[in-house]
Amino acid sequence: MDKILEVKDLHVNFATYNGTVQAIRGVSFDLNAGETLAIVGESGSGKSITVRSILQLLAKNADIAKGSILYHGDDLLQKSEKGMDNIRGNKISMIFQDPMTSLDPTMPIGKQVAEPLLIHNNVSKKDAMARAEEVLRLVGIPNPKARMKDYPHQFSGGQRQRIVIAIAIVDYPEILIADEPTTALDVTVQAEIIDLLKELQQKIGTSIIFITHDLGVVAGIADRVAVMYAGKFVEYGSVNDIFYNPQHPYTWGLLDSMPTLDTSEANRLNSIPGTPPNLLNPPKGDAFAPRNKYAMEIDEEEQPPYFKVSKNHYAATWLLHPNAPKVDPPASIKKRFEKFKQLGGSVK
Amino acid sequence: MADEREKIVQVRNLKQYFNIGKPNEVKAVDDISFDIYKGETFGLVGESGSGKSTTGRSIIRLYDPTDGQILFNGQDISKIKSHGPQMKEFRREMQMIFQDPYASLNPRMKVKDIIAEGLDVHGLVKGEEEREKRVRELLDMVHLNPEHMTRYPYEFSGGQRQRIGIARALAVEPQFVIADEPISALDVSIQAQVVNLMQDIQKEQGLTYMFIAHDLSMVKYISDRIAVMYHGKIVELADSDEIYNHPLHAYTQSLLSAIPVPDPEIEKTRERIDFDHSQPFSDDQSLQEVLPGHFLYCNAETAASFK
Repeated sequence: MDKILEVKDLHVNFATYNGTVQAIRGVSFDLNAGETLAIVGESGSGKSITVRSILQLLAKNADIAKGSILYHGDDLLQKSEKGMDNIRGNKISMIFQDPMTSLDPTMPIGKQVAEPLLIHNNVSKKDAMARAEEVLRLVGIPNPKARMKDYPHQFSGGQRQRIVIAIAIVDYPEILIADEPTTALDVTVQAEIIDLLKELQQKIGTSIIFITHDLGVVAGIADRVAVMYAGKFVEYGSVNDIFYNPQHPYTWGLLDSMPTLDTSEANRLNSIPGTPPNLLNPPKGDAFAPRNKYAMEIDEEEQPPYFKVSKNHYAATWLLHPNAPKVDPPASIKKRFEKFKQLGGSVK
Repeated sequence: MADEREKIVQVRNLKQYFNIGKPNEVKAVDDISFDIYKGETFGLVGESGSGKSTTGRSIIRLYDPTDGQILFNGQDISKIKSHGPQMKEFRREMQMIFQDPYASLNPRMKVKDIIAEGLDVHGLVKGEEEREKRVRELLDMVHLNPEHMTRYPYEFSGGQRQRIGIARALAVEPQFVIADEPISALDVSIQAQVVNLMQDIQKEQGLTYMFIAHDLSMVKYISDRIAVMYHGKIVELADSDEIYNHPLHAYTQSLLSAIPVPDPEIEKTRERIDFDHSQPFSDDQSLQEVLPGHFLYCNAETAASFK
């Protein structure tokens, strides 16, 4: 597969009154043409900062301290502001979480959808508007020709998110970054938007980086998954690797703390105790250690490297070290391992 | 069997309209009736705009109901005056936990004053010493460090703030707590902590909860019975297992089919059921008990078909 984006050893710091917050602490990943990569994690884990770094949409106090972001081999971090303008909204575009605030309330929606074309391409206004109409139809806005003159407040939340998606895809971007695009929506609307994104991906062949905290959504949309914690990827692999053969205790905890619809027994929910670490002073060892019941002495001392689980599946936990004791994962995770075997995978 | 249990809340034909008589009149809650039994967790689910939060707010009398009755321990509270002594007494028995732990705590008050406000209003403690003792107990109950009582809300994380909100609600020892989306603003790993805490406290103190949420998987987990709201009406009400295993209303079926499941194989084969929103209700329909304990919003003919 063609790698279109390579993020290498990204470090992002934020200067605050209290000191330097190390928000991203060494993130590396590739994105292949036509695939969907999901990044999951809790608030503050750095998933939004990671993707905003790609488009360099970071706050003024942010500093990309280290790393490179290669787009077709070209380092985006070396580009000028003007150079980035030719990438944003054109080659790489973004959908934000809140459809209520990501549209201009004073501009008719047709004009907003046509705007990227008028800025990036040498097209006439007439052609741009025609294209906007076509894209609005594609994202499922009924009667787009008439509705192009309407303003955002005249649409429902789900329709507004469709309009935001229309703006993002109007120039057929190679990469679409979706930052929690369905979090503000109702479940039935969420399901429709996800179906729409999948359908658009088929039609225009775009790659998607999908950020969410909802593992249910990830299971439905992702080809590959990265689990993020305290500014690092703690585990990444194919969607089946992560859901049926998870290796990191944090991934176990996330999967285990979700109630499933078919568990009717009155058992307690399993929760991950404690809260994520303060990244003003990141811990010396494994950042997850204080919340990890499987933590060992070495977790306090040294950060775990990535251990290879299988081809393209890696996890940063000392539990995968050959000398680590064998631990007993939660029961719900063992069930997932069983399913992995049924699907033809081999569990260690 | 159901009728032998003691009812703590009885809602009878509750209507809550806004902008009455104006062109923008909204029938947020439109003639709903249900009972909540003592000691149970009653889940109320629906999408935004369904009227679930309005229902909660009407019951706790943040609004004056347009019509209908709300009986709390047998007494009609739907018409008591908002500033009278009766209201004060009633508010001690019924408390609320809010959705947004950032907006629902006064940023300029110390945690101990936030939690003790209800104690002060109702004169439940005498002197500073007893007040602090009670605040310590409450913080301990929600697993927060009592030493932190002199801190301000901004010094706490979202999950910790929600614990403060729970401690505040429980300070006056209510019988009934309405929790309006109490975990929606929290991360997955923190949600489980807060839900477990709420359940532990319920067991210890014999509380009754009304749990309002849009996250159906969590509602199923925490609730004994669930009511599904759509367009201001309850379209279905049953035991939580029953509603998930045998949903009868097309809207409930559609809602259940849209829940994403953290399992890629299930997601691959999942089929969504669409709901036709064009004509959801007709005049001959009402909420009827079609199976024991299972209520459905339907007409007489449909109801008869279950007999």
